[in-house]
Amino acid sequence: MPYEGPLPPLDVRADFWSLRFVDEHAEYLAVRKNIAQPLEVTTDSGAMATVYAEGGLGYAATSDLSPAGLARALEQALAWARATASLGLFDTRALPRPAARGTYDAPSLDAGAPSRREFYEMLGAESRAAGFDPRIVDWEASLELRTATHRLITSAGGDVVQRYRFVMGGTSATAHADGETQTRTLAGQRAICQQGGPEILARFGYAGSGRRVAEEALELMLAPNCPSGTMDVLLAPDQMVLQIHESIGHPLELDRILGDERNFAGTSFVTPDMFGSYRYGSELLDVTFDPTIPEELASYGWDDDGTKAERVHLIRRGILERPLGGAVSQARAGLPGVANSRADNWNRPPIDRMANLNLEPGNASFDDLVARVERGVFMETNSSWSIDDSRNKFQFGCERGQLIENGKLGAVVKNPNYRGISANFWRSLAAVGDTSTRRVLGTPYCGKGEPSQIIRVGHASPACVFTGVDVFGGDK
Amino acid sequence: MASDVLANDAALAIAAADGFEAHFLALADSLQRALTSGDRFTAWYEAESSDFVRLNRAKVRQAGRVTQQSIAVRLIRGARHATHTLTLSGDLAGDIAQATASLAGLRSALPDLADDPHLLLPDTVTNSRHVVDGALPPSAEAIGQVLDAAAGDDLVGIYAAGPVARGFANSEGQRNWHAVTTYNLDFSLHHRADKAVKSMLAGFAWSADELRAKMHAAREQLALVTREPRTLAPGRYRAWLAPSAMEEIASLLRWGGFSGRAMATRQSALARMRDGQKLSPMVTMAEDYATGVAPSFQNDGFTRPGRVPLIEAGALAGSLVSPRTAREFDLAANGANAWEAPEALSMAGGSLPERDALAALDTGLAIGNLWYMNYSDRVACRMTGMTRFATFWVEGGRIVAPVNVLRFDDTLYRMLGDNLEALSAEPELMLSPESYGSRRLASVRMPGALLAELAFTL
Repeated sequence: MPYEGPLPPLDVRADFWSLRFVDEHAEYLAVRKNIAQPLEVTTDSGAMATVYAEGGLGYAATSDLSPAGLARALEQALAWARATASLGLFDTRALPRPAARGTYDAPSLDAGAPSRREFYEMLGAESRAAGFDPRIVDWEASLELRTATHRLITSAGGDVVQRYRFVMGGTSATAHADGETQTRTLAGQRAICQQGGPEILARFGYAGSGRRVAEEALELMLAPNCPSGTMDVLLAPDQMVLQIHESIGHPLELDRILGDERNFAGTSFVTPDMFGSYRYGSELLDVTFDPTIPEELASYGWDDDGTKAERVHLIRRGILERPLGGAVSQARAGLPGVANSRADNWNRPPIDRMANLNLEPGNASFDDLVARVERGVFMETNSSWSIDDSRNKFQFGCERGQLIENGKLGAVVKNPNYRGISANFWRSLAAVGDTSTRRVLGTPYCGKGEPSQIIRVGHASPACVFTGVDVFGGDK
Repeated sequence: MASDVLANDAALAIAAADGFEAHFLALADSLQRALTSGDRFTAWYEAESSDFVRLNRAKVRQAGRVTQQSIAVRLIRGARHATHTLTLSGDLAGDIAQATASLAGLRSALPDLADDPHLLLPDTVTNSRHVVDGALPPSAEAIGQVLDAAAGDDLVGIYAAGPVARGFANSEGQRNWHAVTTYNLDFSLHHRADKAVKSMLAGFAWSADELRAKMHAAREQLALVTREPRTLAPGRYRAWLAPSAMEEIASLLRWGGFSGRAMATRQSALARMRDGQKLSPMVTMAEDYATGVAPSFQNDGFTRPGRVPLIEAGALAGSLVSPRTAREFDLAANGANAWEAPEALSMAGGSLPERDALAALDTGLAIGNLWYMNYSDRVACRMTGMTRFATFWVEGGRIVAPVNVLRFDDTLYRMLGDNLEALSAEPELMLSPESYGSRRLASVRMPGALLAELAFTL
């Protein structure tokens, strides 16, 4: 009933109310060291009631989806709205009342899939291929298969049903000998994360990845440390996604700029007066909020406040244009924004989140990118991330480095790290790869909010070159 | 107060917790009855009724209540097993139908699965019941007090309160129950930009006096934060890490640092301690389940020991071993859950009275909080992170100025090894404010640490 068809009559004496239903089903399959790990299945279903009344805002989350349960949740939300109306940070009477109607379907929503037994056989094959050398001390192949139906109903007549299908997972191998340990993954922990069916696995080259990551782990274990110094870096898409996420995505979140996150996730070096004029990066930097790429992890038709999701530029030719702020934050700040008010589940309220945040491709082939670097390091696959609470001073590490000398790729190095300051770093963007270097990636693990939330975000990026970067390796 | 609908005070919290317990026990009995011959089950239950009030600029940003229950039902046949975790509605008949249907679903899945050589279950039945009823006012009343106390200040943070419950049951008749009613006021007072001070108030009983005392202490620090900040060049500085800064280091070590499996596969950041690398003899750490708010049983039904030594006098003394790891590496399980992350990490104090910390520092950095820690070389346990909130430059034992944020990058073996001069005598117990998915029942107990030097890089 909550996910299709009309709701029971609900009598809510409020300016506005909504019910957001979330129903998700997931299976986790893994084979570690050639042993199938216990099957885990989850079924999660509940609703978030939100009410605007007397200028206040209240919410209540419940897993009781009966008519009485929904009525009780709306009553609790109404009581919270009234109880805090005189203490509220803003007056909800000035907020929009979304009335969107429509549906969104993920790609391959109803396409078939291998059986559970066949998936286990596939994971087992990757596992056996990875454990080929006694110095490989741990290895795993895993998959998460998830479907979801979200429905948002509003008192203004809104009714949006969005159906999703996700495939996530990866392979990893850890090599150890003589006091050195190195781990290599297929594009990062859970870096396979897209919307769609099992066709995603072929897109990521899953078949054969077990052997490949194990060989590269061994190679890293025997490699020298990344050199230190100021040099160019060529960042692969599976590092670019982290760079975009931490030093563009989070600082552009409007709720951070408005101060909501100062006690936990942090503030932002970006201030409201910067939009429209601030040079965020070089002329080569074009960043979009783009929920329209079907396979990307956070594509959707409407956000969790019911705002229609559309592709817009946040940064154009290096100039900052607009923040990542949903309808509520836009009204508070008096700034334009995007449809990014999102909650990670039925039991958390929506806040400003990244969704799909993409760096648009340029003109350079991968070979062109390498050829332009006289002395530098090609870095792949994020393994470490740290940034200050204003999202300015950062330090990131990668799983694998490869020296570039006089325009040619050279020896592999371990523990490649680099650090910089967001406000300067993007201005050193010197070359942007073309679509042949671009990958559609993301992460299911973006943490933020009080109470805490972990949400799925997508990032698509080509490989990029940055000049004059402070690079260093591991401890001696 | 607008309505009784919102009452989540002590009496109603007890009622909610009692309701959760009755619900859980009835579900467990129904699972028992639904088993077929030769099958076994375990069940892990989680529930909470939490008020969350989010604050910004000493106003309410979002306020609401989350009521949730779930059960993870595991069906075991021989060495095959699978688990289905499902949300519960709270309607007993409906939830029994759901839970027993999940057993049927798992029964049909077992033929697709292989025997699990690492399955380990308790061979004895140990029942337990631990309930701590809180003494909390209705949340709206608590928020009123907080906002009154913060009048005139830019307060940001969250108040979370209400009962949280965990339960375990199995087909051998074991029943374990753990329910606590707690609150957590996690807040900061802000001057401008990133200049702020952080504080926290948490426990089982709300105290207006304690709130006033915490707010007074935060205001005193805030006055220091308003001074002209100093920008320090990268380099090595003497440093005092307050207990809350040490908690960030402990949080990073939670990522596999003490995991038995990560130790055995050499992925732990502390793996070199297996080969004899040592920290200062002042460093002693243990998983101390006897303190804090974690249950006395883990998800598979094993009873936890009161204390699991991890580091004794600077030497590795043990690790957190889950039942699977115990089977895989022929170790003794010691109460850890599957992730083998501490839930009650406790570090012994030293001899430095905290009131003397700045005098002992003399000249250097007094760091109130660290932030966004990660490893820059995991094998070397080299970690990086930022200073945050109240961090000051100190000269002659007196605070001179707040310091603009700095990045450190150093190994634990240097920080808590040769460079550790003293630990404070009064370790501080900090209840976790984390609430990813649900409110976390965990704590950390840390002293402050005086370091001869800490390497700053940016």
